[in-house]
Amino acid sequence: MTLLITVFASVITTVLWYNRKDDSMKTGILLFMYWGASLMWLVDAIFEYVELKEEYFTPALEDMINDSFLGLSVVALGLVIWVVRLLILDPKGSVKAALSHKE
Amino acid sequence: MACFLVSAAEALVVTAVEKAEEKKEHGEAAKNTEAVDEIKIPFSRKLKWLTYMLWGGAVLLAFEHVWHGEVVPWFPFLTAMSDAEDAAEMFNEMATVGVSMASLITAVWVGMCVAANSIVKRNKKVSAQTSEKM
Repeated sequence: MTLLITVFASVITTVLWYNRKDDSMKTGILLFMYWGASLMWLVDAIFEYVELKEEYFTPALEDMINDSFLGLSVVALGLVIWVVRLLILDPKGSVKAALSHKE
Repeated sequence: MACFLVSAAEALVVTAVEKAEEKKEHGEAAKNTEAVDEIKIPFSRKLKWLTYMLWGGAVLLAFEHVWHGEVVPWFPFLTAMSDAEDAAEMFNEMATVGVSMASLITAVWVGMCVAANSIVKRNKKVSAQTSEKM
C-alpha cells in the first residue's frame, strides 16, 4: 500500500508539473522525491515478493491499514518538505513582501 | 533495516560532484561571453535530478524506518546495531536491497538523461525546419 500510494502521488505531481504555467511553485523537487521513494519501495517490494511469493498479495487487514497510514504520512512529509523549501526560496517574493509590509 | 543509507551515501557523493560541476560550468560560462547557438542541458542540472531522487527517496524511506522503530534518536541510532546477529543481517540487507535501490535510481536517471537529450535535439530540429520554411 505504501508503494501504491507513493506511485499515485508521483503520477499526480508529474501531471501537475507538466501542466505548470511557470516554475514559481517549484513542483519539480516534489516529483523527484516521490519518484525516488517509489523506485526504492519497488525494489523493496520485489525482494519481499521473492521471499513471500503469493503471500505478498494477500496481506493481513491490519498490515494494510498500517501501510496505508504510513503511505499517507510519507506523502504528507514530502509535501511539508516541499512547502518549507518553497517558503525559503520564496520565488514569488510573497514572504519577503509579507515581512516588509508595514501596518 | 538501513537500506536507505546506501542511497543517502550516494546522494552525498553526487551532491559534492554536482556542486563542483556547477562551479566549473559557471567559470566556463564567464570565459565564453560569445552567444552559443547550441542548446544543451548542463550536466550539473542533470546531476541535480539524481540528487533530488536520491535524497528524496532516502529521507522518505528513513521516515519509514523511524515508523517501524528501526531508527531511533539515540546512539547507535539503528536498533539492529545493538545485536551482532541483527547487525550482520542489516549489512546483508544494505548490500542487496540498498545497492539495488541506488542502482535502479541511477539507471532510471541515465534513461532520463538520454530521453531529455533526444527531446532537446528533436525540438531543435523542428525549430530549424520551421525557420527554413519561413
